[in-house]
Amino acid sequence: MGQDAAILLIEDEPEIRRFLRTSLPAQGFRLYEAATAQEGLLEAKARNPDLILLDLGLPDVDGTEVIRQVRGWTATPIIVLSAREQEQQKVAALDLGADDYVTKPFGVDELLARIRTALRHAARRDEGPDGAFSFGDVRIDLASRLVFVAEKEIHLTPIEYKLLTTLVRHAGKVVTHRQLLKEVWGPLHVEEGHYLRVYMRQLRNKIEKNAAKPRHLVTELGVGYRLRTD
Amino acid sequence: MSENRPNPDALLQRVQDEEARRLRGKLKIFFGANPGVGKTYAMLEAAHELRRDGIDVVIGVVETHGRAETESLVKGLELVPRRPVDYRGTVFQEFDLDAALARRPAVILVDELAHNNASGLRHAKRWQDVQELLSAGITVYTTVNVQHLESLNDAVAQITGVRVRETVPDSVLERADDVELIDLPPDDLLQRLKDGKVYVPEQIQHAIRNFFTKGNLIALREMALRRTAERVDQQMEVYRRDHAVIRTWPAAETIMVCVNMKPRGPRLIRAARQMAAGLHAKWIAVYVQIPRHLRSPQADRDRLAQTMRLAEQLGAEAVTLTGDHVAQELLSYARSRNATKIIVGKPVRSWWKEWVFGSVVSDLVHKTGDIDIYVITGETVEGEPLVRREIQRTSKTAHYAHAALVIAAATAVAWVMFPYFAPANLIMVYLIGVILVAIRLGRGPSVLSSILSVAMFDFFYVPPYFSFAVSDIQYLLTFGVMLIVALVISNLTVRIREQAELARYREKRTGVLYAMSRDLATHRGSTMLAHLAAKHLREVFDGQVAIFIADADQRVRLQRVEQLYFELDPKEAGVAQWAFDHNERAGLGTDTLPGSSALYLPLVGSTGPIGVLALRPKDAGLLLDPDQLHLFESLVNQVALAIERTRLSEEAQQAHVRVETERMRNAILSSISHDLRTPLATITGAASSLIKESSAMSAADRLELCRAIYREAERLDRLLKNLLDMMRIEAGAVHVNKEWHSLDEVVGSALARLEERLSHHLVNAALPADLPMVRIDGVLLEQVLINLLENAAKYAPAGSVIDLSAAAGEREIAMEIADRGLGIPPGEERRIFEKFYRAQPAREGGGVGLGLTICRGIVEAHGGRIWAENRTGGGAVFRFTIPLPEEQPPVAVEQGETKQDAS
Repeated sequence: MGQDAAILLIEDEPEIRRFLRTSLPAQGFRLYEAATAQEGLLEAKARNPDLILLDLGLPDVDGTEVIRQVRGWTATPIIVLSAREQEQQKVAALDLGADDYVTKPFGVDELLARIRTALRHAARRDEGPDGAFSFGDVRIDLASRLVFVAEKEIHLTPIEYKLLTTLVRHAGKVVTHRQLLKEVWGPLHVEEGHYLRVYMRQLRNKIEKNAAKPRHLVTELGVGYRLRTD
Repeated sequence: MSENRPNPDALLQRVQDEEARRLRGKLKIFFGANPGVGKTYAMLEAAHELRRDGIDVVIGVVETHGRAETESLVKGLELVPRRPVDYRGTVFQEFDLDAALARRPAVILVDELAHNNASGLRHAKRWQDVQELLSAGITVYTTVNVQHLESLNDAVAQITGVRVRETVPDSVLERADDVELIDLPPDDLLQRLKDGKVYVPEQIQHAIRNFFTKGNLIALREMALRRTAERVDQQMEVYRRDHAVIRTWPAAETIMVCVNMKPRGPRLIRAARQMAAGLHAKWIAVYVQIPRHLRSPQADRDRLAQTMRLAEQLGAEAVTLTGDHVAQELLSYARSRNATKIIVGKPVRSWWKEWVFGSVVSDLVHKTGDIDIYVITGETVEGEPLVRREIQRTSKTAHYAHAALVIAAATAVAWVMFPYFAPANLIMVYLIGVILVAIRLGRGPSVLSSILSVAMFDFFYVPPYFSFAVSDIQYLLTFGVMLIVALVISNLTVRIREQAELARYREKRTGVLYAMSRDLATHRGSTMLAHLAAKHLREVFDGQVAIFIADADQRVRLQRVEQLYFELDPKEAGVAQWAFDHNERAGLGTDTLPGSSALYLPLVGSTGPIGVLALRPKDAGLLLDPDQLHLFESLVNQVALAIERTRLSEEAQQAHVRVETERMRNAILSSISHDLRTPLATITGAASSLIKESSAMSAADRLELCRAIYREAERLDRLLKNLLDMMRIEAGAVHVNKEWHSLDEVVGSALARLEERLSHHLVNAALPADLPMVRIDGVLLEQVLINLLENAAKYAPAGSVIDLSAAAGEREIAMEIADRGLGIPPGEERRIFEKFYRAQPAREGGGVGLGLTICRGIVEAHGGRIWAENRTGGGAVFRFTIPLPEEQPPVAVEQGETKQDAS
């Protein structure tokens, strides 16, 4: 993953653009800017960036509409910048294919961590996780479908296993309830949020040291779950 | 000497009258003895004079009847266009009241005050139009002939033989500011008539010729002159009263006029009016309702209602009494009101009936003592029979048949008894039969049964048997006594029955009033009250009810009461508005807009009208029954008072809320100025040092300043978030998005977010593993936990333990966050949840005092409770509950995997 990745920032607020203009290039990213959705879509086509930072509250076109259009022709990772009042929009954006979100106001550390995760993920997308995957003291042998915690094999039910591997596939990224339900239980069960809660609890009890304060299987309330691997 | 000073109350009344008059327009009446004396002409001349003085004068309506001299006077004056009214195919050019009100001249001429408006106009009578003009502050010039005065109507009809249908209440003339008598000697008038200068419509030429005889003209002229003189007298009295010249009249006279359903009522009323006017006495029209009247035919009741209304129009107080004995009721009422004179109609019954049944008049005459009794001839209104005896069938034919059956049964019983008992005992059996019939079947059948029982007794049990012949002459006495006894018994029994009916009727009335007032007293809110009132009124009067309540700009607005309201076209709404504006009844059964489909009564509270209640009865005749109308009015009064009461309390509530809001606003302002400015001051200070002194600073100092900026910005963010959350909760804009959640997950999320801020404390989160799932908004509940944990961290010393626990009960889950901090000041356990509450002394880095309020808002939005206590051993404990759904959601169990799970 090259640090010279190109990032397109679509944001109407000049002060936020200014702040990112100083911080992102300092981290070795190339930054392109757009102040409106129209401009942003043109830039996205022209520059073919490695990642898009998208503000949801744009003046001309709704942010979710931008995602829909961008996803029409590219899988470039999109990180959504949202205000706190935009809970619903945020989830909608993720369901539409945005990769992650950062809530304003945010610190630059938080943003950089998300950008790196998304870029890393994009680079690996085509390969997909195969062989083994590990985080903390958890190791998953994807070929033999075995899971070890502190080198001790644990038993997972098929659904628990599927839930875990789904999160592994999106490691570091937030996965919405809808996406999880669809991938694990199938498209008919996208409204059964309680399935997730039941199985997530079981899964945490099996792989987390302290299920009450999970380190890896992190809850993003109102949005979904994220597998934290660091 | 003080005797001669004017009574202060009376003076005050006069001042108020004057004030009211000052705001009202002035009414000037050109008064004449008969048509053709030149009233209209005089009025027009006066108008021209006004115009010359530069006064804005217009013609509302003037009938020139094609007379050239009059028409020439119309020229040069502005005319308010007439309004064409289509009535059954004929178009009438009527006076346009609304146009006149809109034009708002200083003076308007409205000819022929007694004119009856075409149906479809707002008022039935033109004098009502004039009243409205006066109320609007417009001065009105108008004309009246003496024969149109209500109280003189009878007298004029007697003299001239022509009854005038168009009348004006005397009060209009009395309250006129100026009355100018237009007088023309009869000979001159007859000359004018001959010259064709008096307008005479073709179709009544014959009648009118009879009218314009010299004798009539002299009589009418005398009446007009006398009437004008009376007015001058009155003015003199007023002048004397004002200037305390002398006390003019003795103790006030009170005249009581007794009416009943007979057609002569209006005549009695008019006679009383004249006497009252002559004596400057107040007068009361009284009707005594006796049980028998309950069954009177509708026509009689209507007539009574009209009579009573006439009395009210002429200025009397109309009173309905109930009782069994007319004379007694009248007397006791007369005494209670200190009546000095009683007017009654001359009895129309024949002498023998009077002798047998007695008469009200003779009772009164014998018992009144010092009260004068005036007996007025019972002459009836023309066109109606002198004495109209309506034989009302109160009992059905079937009742007579039943009566006969009862007597047959009595005969059968007597037949069985006959061999063993003396004939006298058999009579008793018959009497029982008669009593039964009287109780059950009414007056007619009981009379029939009395006669039948005598006949049957004679036929079967008096020798010779099976024949009406009588062998022993002594039996004739038996028959006579038996008949009298039977009749008396039946009469008494029937009367008891009627009294019971009357009592039931009164009870029902009281019951209705009671039921409604109880309902109204126990409920609040105008909508609720309107709904209840409509429900009761509908039950009692069997019709549709609508309630209008005035809003702030004095428009009445329909209070929708389920399906009970009726179609409200703009015209009906206009009637409601009119009734409200003028604080008078309008619509069906009244003189104002009688064409509308409902009766509109203003709801009058203690400070004036607050709305309008409309009743559209199924049977319009109901509104003519004074009894029903009175009941309706008393119910409406109750409704008005109840609605006013609730509105006053709502207003008080609103005032309270306003005060609260004001306090809130002040608190917010002080919070914002303090809590938001403090971090801003740090940020501004630190940033400006970085800009200016950057080069002179060590790297460590620069970093420290940057950290300060970051820290304070975060604090600002939290404060803003709290404020915004609070505003959303206050505005009810918080959308609670309930989903199934496990609490451990929410707790975990909250702890993760607070990791840094809780780093100086030990959080002991102990949640049972089998905690059921709850339906909550996870994000909001996380906020509750965050606020409570932050609060605990703020007040508990570093290094202490914060306990977080949860327990599931039957119906709810209780969560608890306990610290070892300062605890809550005693007595403040509730207040800490109030907005902008802060612990004293305020803590460094404390918030705006919204955190706990937000918690309460969120918990309550979930249907739970939140409270705080001091913890034994020191510290505070906050508890809240979340209701548990009855069932947990179904989760598909994985086949064959449960065993593996357990391992």
